[in-house]
Amino acid sequence: MSEDKNVVARYTTAARINHWVTAVSLVLLALSGLALFHPSLFFLTHLFGGGQMTRAVHPWIGVVLAISFLGLFFRFFTLNFWTKEDTVWMKNLGKVINNNEEGMPELGKYNAGQKLVFWGQSILILLLFGSGLALWDVYFEEYTSIDQKRLSAVVHALCAIGAILIWIVHVYAAIWVKGTLRAMTRGSVTRGWSWKHHRKWFRQEVGKP
Amino acid sequence: MATLQSLDIRRRSASTEPPPQVRKTVEVAKLIDVSKCIGCKACQTACLAWNDLQAPVGYFEGTYDNPVDLTPTSWTVMKFTEYEKGDDLEWLIRKDGCMHCDDPGCLKACPAPGAIVQYTNGIVDFVSENCIGCGYCVKGCPFNVPRISKVDRKAYKCTLCSDRVAVGQAPACAKACPTQAIYFGSKEDMIVHAEKRITDLKSRGYQKAGLYNPPGVGGTHVMYVLHHADKPSLYAGLPDDPKISPLVGLWKGVMKPLSLAAIAFAGVFGFLHYISKGPNEVSEADERKGDDLAKGKGA
Repeated sequence: MSEDKNVVARYTTAARINHWVTAVSLVLLALSGLALFHPSLFFLTHLFGGGQMTRAVHPWIGVVLAISFLGLFFRFFTLNFWTKEDTVWMKNLGKVINNNEEGMPELGKYNAGQKLVFWGQSILILLLFGSGLALWDVYFEEYTSIDQKRLSAVVHALCAIGAILIWIVHVYAAIWVKGTLRAMTRGSVTRGWSWKHHRKWFRQEVGKP
Repeated sequence: MATLQSLDIRRRSASTEPPPQVRKTVEVAKLIDVSKCIGCKACQTACLAWNDLQAPVGYFEGTYDNPVDLTPTSWTVMKFTEYEKGDDLEWLIRKDGCMHCDDPGCLKACPAPGAIVQYTNGIVDFVSENCIGCGYCVKGCPFNVPRISKVDRKAYKCTLCSDRVAVGQAPACAKACPTQAIYFGSKEDMIVHAEKRITDLKSRGYQKAGLYNPPGVGGTHVMYVLHHADKPSLYAGLPDDPKISPLVGLWKGVMKPLSLAAIAFAGVFGFLHYISKGPNEVSEADERKGDDLAKGKGA
């Protein structure tokens, strides 16, 4: 949103739509998956039209997420390589959590926490997709043995819990660090936000013609 | 099958409701004496007839097994094994089907409340109207018994004729067996009867004859008298020591509460962080410095 010259463009409309599709499908997958994971959450199947419908629709949402996340991956992976600043940032994680960022190195578009979210979700979604296919009996029942399906069920559940935990951190960070959410809703952030959190990236943006 | 009011429930899948406990019922069992089976398949036919099942006409697969394996419409199948021991040939014929485990892996794995029940008499029954077709019972079963129908995506297996047993009748297969290789009664009586048969078999030279009532699944409510009880796997791959897979134990055991606890902890941690440390806000000074940088004046 470059019409307002007092803000800094952070995401294109296409990138935001891509992220929203991923976000919505991840939430739906978590709800339908948890419904089938723990009996006390089985009531969540009502949101999807009952148990049979939940079982049928969950893998299709998974396909949407996998394709959508692949889009995000190729958009952003070059910005998520680990740098020396990231190691310094991780060493000072305690300070960051205490809202004290003094003396921290200037950061590019993403800090180490954001990069860990990126790579964590990349690996987990890959594992979830693979193990999910082994559990998708409607189409792939004959391709795996029962023992492989058992292992897939455990891997799928573990990775799903991991992905949900990362999602909680990701969402909480956006609530905690004020001024972040507008990057997702409007595509831009304020100059002050850019200066405070991603100064190196901000300098690059300013330097652009 | 629907749940039967005349049969009290001992366990119900994915449920925490305490079962009714006032009535005292006898545990039942079906005893299949493999040494008396002639492989006539009357039990298979009786099963189809009683349960209104119409298996599609299959193909000849080069064996006597027909169909070659359990299917959603074939809840019991005779499995023929040619066992050669020196010059001796033994034709081992085992009636395959649900074993009605005392500790049923299918029920443990099932995520749909009430889709699998275990009656107090020991019968494990699938309640189709609650089944969601996820196939978790297939992963839970140590005997590879449940089959998911491609027609309605629901799981099917032997019910031990729970509807007949509920009104004091023996299962259809036991009723039809011409050699009385299939007995039905209280589990206690069946064990006593099996002992007699085993003594008889031993006197005929089957020194390893014995009862198949595997303790790894808490015993079963379908038991076999085997001439070679030391090697159950001779009988078309009957598991030697069946147990619920440790992977299923993990998945349906500690992982469930620990996972929800981890999610709850993450949520609570975030909440506590927010109310103790507060939000991370951009100050006026930050905005000024940002403006300066954007205008080319800043540091």
